[in-house]
Amino acid sequence: MSMLTLSDITVRFEPKGKPPVLALDDVSLSVAHDTFSVIVGPSGCGKSTLLRLVAGLEVPTSGMMALDGQPIAGPSADRGMVFQSYTLFPWLTVRENIMFGPQLKKLPKSECEDIADDLIRAVHLTGFEGSYPKELSGGMRQRVALARALANDPRILLMDEPFGALDSQTRQLMQELLLDVWQSRRKTVLFITHDIDEAIFLGDEVHVMTARPGKIKQSLAINIPRPRSIDALTSSEFMHYKKTILSLMHDESVRADTPEPVLA
Amino acid sequence: MWTRSLFSPKTEIPKSAFIGLSLCSVSLVLGLWCLLTYGGITPKDFLAAPHEVIEAAIKRIGNLSLFHHIGASLSVILSGFILASIFAVPIGILMGSFRAVQALVEPLTGFMRYIPVSALIPLLILWVGIGIEQKIMVIFLGTFFQQLILISDVSARVSKDLIDCAYTLGANRKQVALRILVPACMPGVMDNLRVTMGWAWTYLVVAELVAADTGLGYMILNAMRGLFTDVILLGVFTIGILGLITDFIFKVLRKKLLPWSADF
Repeated sequence: MSMLTLSDITVRFEPKGKPPVLALDDVSLSVAHDTFSVIVGPSGCGKSTLLRLVAGLEVPTSGMMALDGQPIAGPSADRGMVFQSYTLFPWLTVRENIMFGPQLKKLPKSECEDIADDLIRAVHLTGFEGSYPKELSGGMRQRVALARALANDPRILLMDEPFGALDSQTRQLMQELLLDVWQSRRKTVLFITHDIDEAIFLGDEVHVMTARPGKIKQSLAINIPRPRSIDALTSSEFMHYKKTILSLMHDESVRADTPEPVLA
Repeated sequence: MWTRSLFSPKTEIPKSAFIGLSLCSVSLVLGLWCLLTYGGITPKDFLAAPHEVIEAAIKRIGNLSLFHHIGASLSVILSGFILASIFAVPIGILMGSFRAVQALVEPLTGFMRYIPVSALIPLLILWVGIGIEQKIMVIFLGTFFQQLILISDVSARVSKDLIDCAYTLGANRKQVALRILVPACMPGVMDNLRVTMGWAWTYLVVAELVAADTGLGYMILNAMRGLFTDVILLGVFTIGILGLITDFIFKVLRKKLLPWSADF
């Protein structure tokens, strides 16, 4: 059963003094319960806009979006998000950051603390409960951001290139940790990236997006058995998927690099 | 060779070289001062010699009149500065993040910040008299509009992602304003209060221009009539030292109150 459904979503930006841009053109997408879906596409293809729509941070020009049958209107704690930029609240400790959502829900303090401590263990940050974000590395900050989003027990977890700013070794470790957490907690995840390896390694399903106007070009089911380890990265199935997506994306990258079409 | 580092931008130099250079510039000025006075190049009523300033200081510390002046000036400066900050901090934060407040406040502040405070003194005398209120108002007007612009800028630069993130964690608009916007502004607010505190000191003489009978500014203006350059210099040094002390207090306060903010 599909949980998140987007139908015929169109987003048109009209910047002042510039021709309008069609960021998303008639995008339809469905995400099934407890699956890990990845949207991969070249930069500027509107994939972040798509995620922000689901988060309720932006409003589509036209189209319908629903989560479990309820239309999406505005942001809410049932759609947690991890951003690419570091968004930990610098004035709160690791533990306080994670407790932010539960505290807004007015849960009893001991319950908030239990939720936080449980997640701190899950993202391997025991010992850093009282640290401020400025004392953490980039990878640690994103682990806290993941824990903070999960603390609300959202119905869907939205991730906008969360490991994009990390070095490749750290990124690999973060991907494995994310899969661990996901496997043990079974969440519906919608993950955005421009990194094809990351998309195949993480996803049950990979949606390849085209650039300007943003459209979903093809959706592929990734049938690599779980749990996946780094060995999966060199398997022949992995290479097969990579080849397919690369050729789909190659045309798109070339197109994205040429001047954008002007709408009348 | 470490001498190379002296000429490379943004490069650390040995601590001893830093202190040495600092001592160099201070002793150069002191040396020049000694040369001009003890060398008989300038007469006493043009520039008092160092020992004359020290004698003037000892005399006024002995009969406590210096502390009397310091007390009077401090009460004027602190009252004006605190009054300005009480209004400028909340209005500035709102102005930087709410377009409606910006539209209301910006035309007035944009205009007022170019008016020299001394030009308003005649009106201030008519409206609030020649008591301490008039002096406090001079400091207030001198700092308030500058603070407003600076703090509004701090507020405008708070990351949108931080705010969006709070929304996806379930915060409403009021919670976003109070729990995210305000704490996120605090380091910038503290830095700009420190800067404008320095400016408040520079308005002291202007504030004590009219109908004062105590205060460091009064002491300087009064000494001018008798060409007592030793007393004038004593006043100048006292203001400088008090300025340094307030600056230091702000530095310590920032470290104590905002331990989470990035070091500077």
